[in-house]
Amino acid sequence: MNYVPHTAQEKEQMLREIGMESLEALFSVIPEQLRKATIRLPEALSEAELISLCKELSKRNSHLNEYNSFLGAGAYDHFIPSIVGTLSSRGEFLTSYTPYQAEASQGTLQALYEFQTLICELAGLDVANASMYDGATALAEAALLAIRHTERNKVLISSTVHPEYRAVLATYLAQIEASLVEVRMAEGITDASALKDLVDEGVAAIIFQQPNFLGYLEEADAFSATAHEKGALVIACVNPISLGILSPPGDYGVDIAVGEAQPLGNPLWYGGPHVGFFAVKKELMRKLPGRLVGATTDLEGRRAFVLTLQAREQHIRRQRATSNICTNQNLLALRATIYLCALGKEGLKELAELNLQKSHYAIDMICKVKGFSTPFKRPFFNEFVIQLPSGLTPEGLNKRLYKRGIVGGLPLKSFYPELKDAMLFCVTENKTRAQTDSLVSVLKEISKGKSPKATEKMIKS
Amino acid sequence: MSQQEKLIFEISSSGRRGVSLPPLDVPRKPLEEMIPTKFQRKTPPRLPEVSELDVVRHFTRLSQLNYSVDTHFYPLGSCTMKYNPRVHEEVAGLEGFSRLHPYQPPEQTQGMLELLYHFSELVKEICGMPEFSLQPAAGAHGELLGMMLVRAYHRKRGETGRKKIIIPDSAHGTNPASAALSGFEVIEVKSDSHGLVDLEDLRRTMSPEIAGMMITNPNTLGLFEKDIVTICNILHEAGGLVYCDGANMNALLGRVKPGAMGIDLLHLNLHKTFTGPHGGGGPGSGPLGVSEPLRPFLPVPRVKKEGDTYIWDYNYPETIGRIKAFYGHIGVIIKAYAYILSLGTEGLMKVSEAAVLNANFLRKKLSNFYDLPYPEVCMHEFVLSGRRQKKQGVTTLDIAKRLLDYDFYAPTIYFPLIVEEALMIEPTETESKQTLEAFAEALIKIAKEAESAPDRVKGAPFDTPVRRLDEVKAAREPNLHWNFP
Repeated sequence: MNYVPHTAQEKEQMLREIGMESLEALFSVIPEQLRKATIRLPEALSEAELISLCKELSKRNSHLNEYNSFLGAGAYDHFIPSIVGTLSSRGEFLTSYTPYQAEASQGTLQALYEFQTLICELAGLDVANASMYDGATALAEAALLAIRHTERNKVLISSTVHPEYRAVLATYLAQIEASLVEVRMAEGITDASALKDLVDEGVAAIIFQQPNFLGYLEEADAFSATAHEKGALVIACVNPISLGILSPPGDYGVDIAVGEAQPLGNPLWYGGPHVGFFAVKKELMRKLPGRLVGATTDLEGRRAFVLTLQAREQHIRRQRATSNICTNQNLLALRATIYLCALGKEGLKELAELNLQKSHYAIDMICKVKGFSTPFKRPFFNEFVIQLPSGLTPEGLNKRLYKRGIVGGLPLKSFYPELKDAMLFCVTENKTRAQTDSLVSVLKEISKGKSPKATEKMIKS
Repeated sequence: MSQQEKLIFEISSSGRRGVSLPPLDVPRKPLEEMIPTKFQRKTPPRLPEVSELDVVRHFTRLSQLNYSVDTHFYPLGSCTMKYNPRVHEEVAGLEGFSRLHPYQPPEQTQGMLELLYHFSELVKEICGMPEFSLQPAAGAHGELLGMMLVRAYHRKRGETGRKKIIIPDSAHGTNPASAALSGFEVIEVKSDSHGLVDLEDLRRTMSPEIAGMMITNPNTLGLFEKDIVTICNILHEAGGLVYCDGANMNALLGRVKPGAMGIDLLHLNLHKTFTGPHGGGGPGSGPLGVSEPLRPFLPVPRVKKEGDTYIWDYNYPETIGRIKAFYGHIGVIIKAYAYILSLGTEGLMKVSEAAVLNANFLRKKLSNFYDLPYPEVCMHEFVLSGRRQKKQGVTTLDIAKRLLDYDFYAPTIYFPLIVEEALMIEPTETESKQTLEAFAEALIKIAKEAESAPDRVKGAPFDTPVRRLDEVKAAREPNLHWNFP
């Protein structure tokens, strides 16, 4: 396939106008030794061949339309209404770029202004930017903001924050030689007294996640008093869907709220592209990373939208910019906007409640199976930890579930060695009762088997 | 057609509902039993209350206020706004890709891992770099990763005093910002009268404090840095590394393996060179290729082939860690993969050929009407100066706005910073001769208007959904979200 429109005759005419005798001559400025590259690629494919090759590859994946999945842990399988895809894939949105010429980009700009408004509403904060790469990098940039703002060099993070987010933060902070201290966990949530002991006048920010990585609600009220007393900022990483029912971070004293907006109408796509959001209190507005859209007026006094406060950004400020972000995640922010508008005020609340009801049904049913229990009796949103019966490993269980068309929860051992026979399960509104019941019935079969071996035999028969 | 669209919040009607949700099919528990009152929000977020049709109409109308590649020629320099084949959307959207969870074990995702592995092999071959990381989310994220690797490399060798990165004055703003974000100090080198890195200036800046250099090739003037091999030698002799910003890779596709230039790091912009749609500003994807000595420091996990099986390998003791959750922008990578497979080597060569032909064709057509500070044969883009028009009281900003009236998006303006009143034009290979002629004609008309009717240009745009915006007001009195009545 090829998307170059020129005919041979046109190419000749163009060369003649340029005053060059050959196409090769156009490249003569490149030293010859560099131009001699031989590049070996597979034979070009037609559109039909390409589609069939990709279909063949895609069929060798066990996707969630065929498998009954209980995975969450930072990437969530929610129902996506059809209009999210159809509207966001309009060419005018899909094939435009960062709205540098505002007069010819009002569609993108207005949608982003609406996105910023929606994020402020969810977070209960004053200002939100136009998106970040993902939740993890949003969290890292929040820490950098806090370091710049407080002129301090230490960050505290709860060990109940997503392990990969903590890893990204560690990589970012190592560059500027800032120190990162993890606050231990107690009973499934941040150990509040350990946190209190660690906060001092050298701390730029404390970071926690709500609901935390294990699904549980942090006693967040106390954190801000602890941090603010010592002049540190409070950063919360929040799940946007949970905010249909849970207190907005602005209400419990958070200075910066970040998170992953993938749950808002964006596909899982094996982990990306996803989209981060970033909201702050007003006094931090000029220190925000990324793009910001503001309302203004045009020559004729009409309301219009434009990228603003660009003096923070790399194309103006270069090495003194608040961040190096250029291309962000606009199309996914647009999808989140369409999704939230389609859901509406009542819809988001109803959705959050569906997640709650269905996940609580699941934990109750799973814990009725002999040998399965939950180590932490705490309020949670749509994820929870399950302890397996002795003799059964999370990997072993998942292998058996897979044979029955089920993708089980996430084994926690590699992230939390102390939770070695525990798994993280996620249940969203997308999970029917029948799907949960089918998980439970396989768990029952396994539990009834005298030993893992006996169960294996039974499943095979 | 009305050119104004209300905010979605302004058409909200209390109690109206949009899409329907799955039913509650489990026994209902009282809310307080699950979530104690203290955790519950007191007032709901003020999301709009609209019907599904309201949403469809609103966003359809908004889309119609945009210029885009699908509707308009979009000659935005350095952004490579080429056609985005729709078949890529279809294949990336296959449920076997889009409905995969990142924590599914490798035995459930072998097709996906094979695709990622194969994609890495393809870009390694195209670029002549021994290994790629797929994690970076965009070009600037690739730059940041590159700087982190440069740091790790010097640290391993005990050379922690290397704290400076050299960047040409013509570089993208992301370069210095990325270097600073990874703790480096930025030193600027001047361009010479031909728009290329001044070798003498470069030699003068060498010192034991130099960690490396970031260079764009072709550079942002659209000129090939013909001394690139010498530049790399100068850096290497001084113990530094060379980072190549691959934003302009469209000019070299299929002809030059950047690895052969002697560079140590290179990012690709899959959303530019490899047709990922720009989406109004993302998602992008910025895979980073590195030379042999930098491989140990690349992020984890990396996709690896063991026999006939693909796995994620975390076992690299010298890795800098992670720069992103999960594995990268897989949805964008699939589109780039599809593009490379569709084109093959010959197809890629035709891309660079037509990209360079188109740029030179336009350059020639416009050279009598606008100043051309660097008149050499260009690569995939070129930079005009509006200084002649400025003397007539018409700025480059005015010219850009007037182009919108002629139904063209504007070039990148006031960049690179070293060109006064710059207009940076990148036509890309997918535009036809006829489109380029029409665009040149419009720019020539504007040059004539600047002489005969300058107010016409200064007052532009007239035909866009809104007229010129008050940007000063936007910055002085920031209004960054809707204020609910």
